[in-house]
Amino acid sequence: MDVVNQLQRQFLDYSASLHREGFLDDQFTQLQKLQDENSPDFVVEVASLFFEDCEKLINNMARALEQQGVDFKQVDASVHQLKGSSSSIGAMRVKNVCIAFRSFCEAQNREGCLRCLQQVTHEYSLLKNKLQTLFRLEQQILAAGGSVPAIE
Amino acid sequence: MTVEQIVSETKDQFPIGMRVLAVDDDPTCLLLLETLLRRCQYHVTTTSQAITALKMLRENKNKFDLVISDVHMPDMDGFKLLELVGLEMDLPVIMLSANGDTKLVMKGITHGACDYLLKPVRIEELKNIWQHVVRRKKFDRKVRSNSDSQDKPHADSGEAAGIGKADNNVKINKKRKDQNEDEDEDLDENGHDNDDPSAQKKPRVVWSVELHRKFVAAVNQLGIEKAVPKKILELMNVEKLTRENVASHLQKFRLYLKRISCVANQQANMAAAVGTADSSYLRMGSLNGLGNFHALSGTDQLHNAAFRSFPPSGVLGRLNTPAGLGIRGLPSPGTIQLGHVQNSGHSSNDQSKLQSFIPGNHNTNILQGMPMSLDLDQLQNNKGVSHIGELPAANSTAVFPVSGSLIDSRIAGFSNNPLLGVTSNSLMLEGSSQQANLHASNLRDGVSAVGFQNGNTLSNFASIDPVSSQLRDSKADLQGQAAPINCNAGPMIRSVPPQEWNAPRKDAPYQSHLMSSSVNSSIPVNGAMVQLDQCLDRNNSIFHRTMDSDSIGPLNFVDPLSIKHGEGLNSAAMEPPVIEKEGYLMYQLRPHGNHIPDNIGSLEDLASAMMK
Repeated sequence: MDVVNQLQRQFLDYSASLHREGFLDDQFTQLQKLQDENSPDFVVEVASLFFEDCEKLINNMARALEQQGVDFKQVDASVHQLKGSSSSIGAMRVKNVCIAFRSFCEAQNREGCLRCLQQVTHEYSLLKNKLQTLFRLEQQILAAGGSVPAIE
Repeated sequence: MTVEQIVSETKDQFPIGMRVLAVDDDPTCLLLLETLLRRCQYHVTTTSQAITALKMLRENKNKFDLVISDVHMPDMDGFKLLELVGLEMDLPVIMLSANGDTKLVMKGITHGACDYLLKPVRIEELKNIWQHVVRRKKFDRKVRSNSDSQDKPHADSGEAAGIGKADNNVKINKKRKDQNEDEDEDLDENGHDNDDPSAQKKPRVVWSVELHRKFVAAVNQLGIEKAVPKKILELMNVEKLTRENVASHLQKFRLYLKRISCVANQQANMAAAVGTADSSYLRMGSLNGLGNFHALSGTDQLHNAAFRSFPPSGVLGRLNTPAGLGIRGLPSPGTIQLGHVQNSGHSSNDQSKLQSFIPGNHNTNILQGMPMSLDLDQLQNNKGVSHIGELPAANSTAVFPVSGSLIDSRIAGFSNNPLLGVTSNSLMLEGSSQQANLHASNLRDGVSAVGFQNGNTLSNFASIDPVSSQLRDSKADLQGQAAPINCNAGPMIRSVPPQEWNAPRKDAPYQSHLMSSSVNSSIPVNGAMVQLDQCLDRNNSIFHRTMDSDSIGPLNFVDPLSIKHGEGLNSAAMEPPVIEKEGYLMYQLRPHGNHIPDNIGSLEDLASAMMK
């Protein structure tokens, strides 16, 4: 019991910090609310999909920016998609970088784009680690026989 | 079950179980969307490819009530998909995007989206999307009535301009005006009824298959031109049936006929067949002319034209959407007429007729249908739009408005009753005996087409209030759908199982017609007329192929209704899809050719079958 409570508190604190630091926003909370008995691993599923997608998009962008003649439209398309998926999952920081990224694309500023790409990659890795930690906490709670507390 | 019953049933469940097709290439978003939609208790189908989505939709229009699509997709532009869906299937489409630029949103709306959501999508927003389905149906109805009123002035001018078969035109115009007036009234009534079915003052008459058969027989006996409610009533000799009941049923029937003729026009070079029904076909021809733009090989490709008009710009097809509706509502007489002129390929008479007709009568014009070969391609492309627009405005809207109004009214009728098709048919009959035949066949086709193509429409109809208000409702619905109806007759018929007429549901029968009409009417009016001719042919072919022969007699309006798509399909939605289907069907059936001669015969058979 004590262990469960401890874990639960840890979970809530960690969650709150992620929100505070801007890694996650309200959309993520919505996702968590969607999780129920029918779809118990919903959040993990969505997050995994997001990570996969993110990696693919980042690679696309990198490749496109490496070209001699950069196809900014293509880069912009990838950024747009990343923006969409990151906002859908609640990855606020990633989304914000995408917004800036897009304006560089429009301006056809290669340097700016490259910088943003770096930032996006960085934010993505950070988020991935954080979420994995969060999910691990969840698993621990469940393993200890408790239930994952709802975030408010 | 009566239509009312069916409608109420679907209403009870709706929006639960509403069938949504979600398209997004982003897997994260797609999964999220799917989960959210399931949480709203909708029935969800997902795909990450627009092409797959289109395939699914084309396979069975009745399978879905609503489509949600991402804007940015690799295999096809979201807007393109939006247009195609609106044109072909007349389903409400909601756009989804991470980009909320006003320009993009505007683009979405102009392409016919009924809503534009921003990512990340919230469940609250999704909980309300069902209103688009319902709104489409109702709105179509109203639009139709508006179109009708607008058409009236046109009708007058049309009459004045009457060329050639002026007599016929005049008659048709006149009748159209009357119809419009009636339809408007009906619509209003329907609207009221729809809004508050429980507040009906009079008990609804259920137009059972039997009853309808008697009605059609009476109309045939009297001749479509001479068929007045009082005489029909006397001939039918049914207890407790009032003149008003017959009058409204007749109105719907006329609309239906028009629709069928329009569809017919579109589909084939009904013109050939239609030849006789110059006056009525002319109208249709004009619509067809629109379609012809593209392909016009000089043959009576009215169908094409008409048909095309539907898809084009989805205006027709999309009449359901507000944008579409607006267009429909505004008959651009000028444009419409132009269309006629342009269609001139067929016959100067037709054109002139179209001109005169178009403004006034959606249906009649359509029926007159200049058989124009519908280029399937065109139909599919928005080019159709341009075809329509050929009218001058290159907007089907132009054409449509005129005819559209008729169609709308007719469509409204359809949704409720197959009568709509009937009415259009009756209109056709007025034009000429041939036309009558066509009408009949169109009706059948329409019915069948409707059945075939618009499984949804039918369901829409069912779900739409019309059920409650029999004809009136159907009219209203048709209205909404009418726009697309023009040539839907053909396609419509297909989608609707031939059982429509038979179905005891009052509305169902109409609905199916409506659906067909709506489908056909997508090209407002004019096309309908023309298309009818063509549609007839096509319908016949389609009809025969797909429908049971017995459907001819009693249009099976009911079937569509029974489908209960009602879930949310707008009648309008149903219509356009039908039309689109028609075009496609037509293509399949007749690759562009002049099947009319062959079809005509069949159409006539249908027509006669219908009429009896």
